[in-house]
Amino acid sequence: MTETSDLEQNPTIAKIRNWRPEAVAGLISFRDELTVVVYREHLRALADFMKSGPDLAFTYLSDVTGMDRFPIEPRFELNYHLLSLSRRDRIGLRVRLSGEDPVVDSVVSVWPTANWHEREIFDLFGVRFEGHPNLKRLLLPDDWEGFPLRKDYPVEGPR
Amino acid sequence: MTTVQTAVGPEQTMVLNMGPQHPSTHGVLRVLLELDGEIIVKADVDIGYLHTGIEKTAEALTYSQAITITDRMDYLAPLSNNLAYCLAVEKLLGLEVPKRAQYIRVLLTELTRIGSHLIWLGTHAIDLGAMSVFLYCFREREELLKIFELVSGQRMMTSYFRIGGLALEPPLGWIGRVQNILRTFPSRFDEYEELLTKNRIWLARTQGVGLLNADDAIALGVSGPSLRGSGVDYDVRKYFPYSSYDEFDFKVPVRKEGDCYARYLCRVAEMRESLKIVRQAVEKIPPEGPIKADAPGIVPPQREKMKTEMEALIYHFKIFTEGFAPPAGEVYQRIESPRGELGCFIASDGSPKPYRMKIRAPSFVNLQALEKMVEGKLVADAIASIGTLDIVLGEIDR
Repeated sequence: MTETSDLEQNPTIAKIRNWRPEAVAGLISFRDELTVVVYREHLRALADFMKSGPDLAFTYLSDVTGMDRFPIEPRFELNYHLLSLSRRDRIGLRVRLSGEDPVVDSVVSVWPTANWHEREIFDLFGVRFEGHPNLKRLLLPDDWEGFPLRKDYPVEGPR
Repeated sequence: MTTVQTAVGPEQTMVLNMGPQHPSTHGVLRVLLELDGEIIVKADVDIGYLHTGIEKTAEALTYSQAITITDRMDYLAPLSNNLAYCLAVEKLLGLEVPKRAQYIRVLLTELTRIGSHLIWLGTHAIDLGAMSVFLYCFREREELLKIFELVSGQRMMTSYFRIGGLALEPPLGWIGRVQNILRTFPSRFDEYEELLTKNRIWLARTQGVGLLNADDAIALGVSGPSLRGSGVDYDVRKYFPYSSYDEFDFKVPVRKEGDCYARYLCRVAEMRESLKIVRQAVEKIPPEGPIKADAPGIVPPQREKMKTEMEALIYHFKIFTEGFAPPAGEVYQRIESPRGELGCFIASDGSPKPYRMKIRAPSFVNLQALEKMVEGKLVADAIASIGTLDIVLGEIDR
């Protein structure tokens, strides 16, 4: 994992820096994939900017991925994989959330496709999404206890 | 069909529970339909009946072992799943796969696409009352399964693509079998089209049904033929080429109408394009050459070498006891599966097991569009709409 200064040359990064420099917590470039680490307070606003900002047009949200870094804090990591169909460009956004308060603003109002992705992450990781229209379990039964994809949840299930 | 406006209170509606055991849901999908007479007021999609925790299971397996569970997600296109996963791990490792293996991968995934579209066409047709197409499609698919069995030993759970290349050298004469398909299939496709394309019942059941416009489709993340039937030409093979797809000449069929009929035409045209790719691949594949990358410690050594070289034997032992450890980092690899953008996200922490593997299943995302497609429409059209999305519950629930 490298965090280099020539990432600043990337036009998308430059635009984000211009728009709200305090939103960016870091830049990651790995195997030609660029990821912007964002502070969670700015995620919703940045999502709006990425979709409708000048010459950005990241209209297509491919996927939202949850990840648990337990026992490292902040333990949860969400990755948003964005595509711009008109510019044939991709970028990733990442937010880190603490285990004590795993809450982040929902991006459903920006990309409606996030609806099920966020529900799945809520279901399997227990991360809550503020402003989600229908935040309930998606894959597991409603009365399921625990969040299976957390690292402190054993593969065989809880004992 | 025109949208019917409904203005009735909840006391006049009825909730109909469709599925999970219902043949036209293509698996175990449950849809709660709130009905006003025959008009759907609200559709609530309930999934998860086939959830087996594949992503959690992968965290307990080594990188090579996890290939086997990728087969079981989209069971109509196991090779596409293998490909997405292998490409992701190869990206993580920075591993280059020999051209010969890349072309064979392209050839087999395109045959998979045809096979998957045949199942879709057959089941979609039977949902809408055309029985014979179903039988024909399964007859042709059998030929494809025979080829998969020939190269990998398995009809469905192939696990034929491995990290760094292919599992084994395809047997002699397999290209002949592929050429057989190239010869016979075009006329078979004509046969289906004769039965359906201008069939009045088929037109009545599909035209103007399950409408989805381009903006909604993009906002909902729809991909694959379901998106291209709405006039967006997004195809991963063209937008972000992988596995040497940029060396192949093919078109991406796009239709503007956004209804079930448009998606039907897209998929049928896609099968013909896939045959075109297969034909080019047959010409491109060199008769001899490596099918695995030269990467000791990651790709198992050749049998012959293990009998003569001690290092090879040690590597072999270590690969299968410990596995190999890619550098720490995260990658997201997308491919065009028969259903759309199939993404594989892998996070490595530098250990021999994937720290996190996430599959972005195209059916999972496409199914979200169902509510939009059926609300205000007839129940019978809901069947057509589920069919046209070409969902596989195995990859939706994972």
